[in-house]
Amino acid sequence: MSPPFDLAIVGAGPAGMAAAMTAAELGLSVAVLDEQPEPGGQIYRGVERLAATRPNHLAWLGPDYAAGLELARSFRKAKVEYLDGAKVWQIEGTSAGRLFYKRHSAAGILTAQKFLIAPGAMERPMPVPGWTLPGVMTCGAAQTVLKAHGLVPQGRFVLAGCGPLLLLLATQLVRAGIKPAAILETEINRWTALPRLPGFLAAPGYLGKGLGLLRELKAASIAVHKGVTHLAIKGDTQAREIEYTCGGATRTEPVDLVLLHQGVVPNGNLAWSMRLAHEWDDAQRSYRPVLDAWGRSSNPAVLVAGDAGGIIGAKGAEAMGRVAAFAAATDAGKISAGDAGERANAARAEFAKHRGARPFLDALYRPQQQWVAPPDADTMVCRCEEVRAGEIRRLVTDQLCPGPNQMKSFVRCGMGPCQGRLCGLTTVEIIAECRGLPVKDIGYYRIRSPIKPITVGDLATLDVPRRDDAVGL
Amino acid sequence: MFKLLPDNAATTVTVMVNGKTVSVPQGFTAAAAMLLQGNGATRTSALSGEGRAPYCMMGVCFECLMDINGEPNQQGCLVTVTEGMRINAQHGKRMVAE
Ligand code: FES
Repeated sequence: MSPPFDLAIVGAGPAGMAAAMTAAELGLSVAVLDEQPEPGGQIYRGVERLAATRPNHLAWLGPDYAAGLELARSFRKAKVEYLDGAKVWQIEGTSAGRLFYKRHSAAGILTAQKFLIAPGAMERPMPVPGWTLPGVMTCGAAQTVLKAHGLVPQGRFVLAGCGPLLLLLATQLVRAGIKPAAILETEINRWTALPRLPGFLAAPGYLGKGLGLLRELKAASIAVHKGVTHLAIKGDTQAREIEYTCGGATRTEPVDLVLLHQGVVPNGNLAWSMRLAHEWDDAQRSYRPVLDAWGRSSNPAVLVAGDAGGIIGAKGAEAMGRVAAFAAATDAGKISAGDAGERANAARAEFAKHRGARPFLDALYRPQQQWVAPPDADTMVCRCEEVRAGEIRRLVTDQLCPGPNQMKSFVRCGMGPCQGRLCGLTTVEIIAECRGLPVKDIGYYRIRSPIKPITVGDLATLDVPRRDDAVGL
Repeated sequence: MFKLLPDNAATTVTVMVNGKTVSVPQGFTAAAAMLLQGNGATRTSALSGEGRAPYCMMGVCFECLMDINGEPNQQGCLVTVTEGMRINAQHGKRMVAE
């Protein structure tokens, strides 16, 4: 087993990298574990390799992506133990603790005084009829392959949904010479967002960037159908057509590929598996761990930073990563609380600037009910175990399953390999709707470790005696 | 369904995708190599038999489970290609989380 670290960080996105560098500078011994082969997280995915092999693609992806290069390069130089390609499957402990991971087909354990989890965001599940067909992916997936691999859609494709990422992806593709056949923009909430506009206008750069994207799409004559209230993807063995309703009319278009997006939410399974206290964030329509101003969670050994603690964006995540590192340094006795308070000021001010833009964005793109609780009975909710919306509704109205965990035991909803990542929010939204209760009263799945697939063979490679309760099997 | 943009200076790696030899840039994932080959299903569900394909490309959806070098149930979007890697769609194999 490796010697204990002062701080073990999960995730090498902006929050994790910034936290690691700050903590190392303050004299903490730091380990960083990340699932990807390169630092950057999803937002700066593959940025070092792209700069080395496809430098002209940086211009299409834009300066916000290119900014990740500097961060990744500084991170590489920092005095931290960086374990790339490491899948963390469990963390246990409340004062110091152990972290279990799998890397290069061997399992490992690492001990640390403190943990900072920064697993970032994932796209909100967007269950519509036909979303399980091959030829349907998320906008984030298309952006990932653009960044990481230089892959772009071929054939006739549409983007459907709403949110900044959808507009950014469309623009990046247009710059690369790849035009979507259409953008089917689901209804956005201009009127509820309007009163929150001042904070957005005060946040540096946000308005200019947003308008810039819209201008570029307009100049490229991309067809944007606004106010879409219904979507259905059709096909036999793959997506062939998309049906959409807007302005009261329903139309169908042929497609080879559909890219869905309905905003991003915290990537929560690690936090849930550690039983961190969570709260419902109604503005972002998702759960998030309860955190203090330093990122401290309900578990004294665990800090959370970045989008995993509530969606804030890359720059805000980076700032919050630094703040959390000051907290870890205080707890490790490297700096005084007063010193931490002072040093964290700049990062806090930076965070506040980005936080200021959120209420407007959250309100503008807060998903409508039909995208979080699909009205059509046949729509798949749990993709892994193939549980449909109608079945979930029936189990609630028949009073067999008042909550998400009964749904698991009754129909295995959320029990497949993704462990509820792609159905959790949908399931609780449907239950809440059926019972006429707010989602916060419905709770969430009880997520258990291991949160990554682990085999008995993997466990055999652990270099300490196995404690049965430790591996959660 | 996807194609490579030009101007890629990465060295290439030769892999077998569903029995077909293909060259892909270094740093590709097994799931990306599949996407380059077309829009078909990369697995079939063990329950209904319906076809599925990579959905998130970031490790959360588990739709990209495939057979890599003879081992089923690998998350193709998290596996970086290596020379001679055999990447195959998988049919009906069940993976149970709990
Ligand atoms: S495509 Fe979603 S986990 Fe690989």
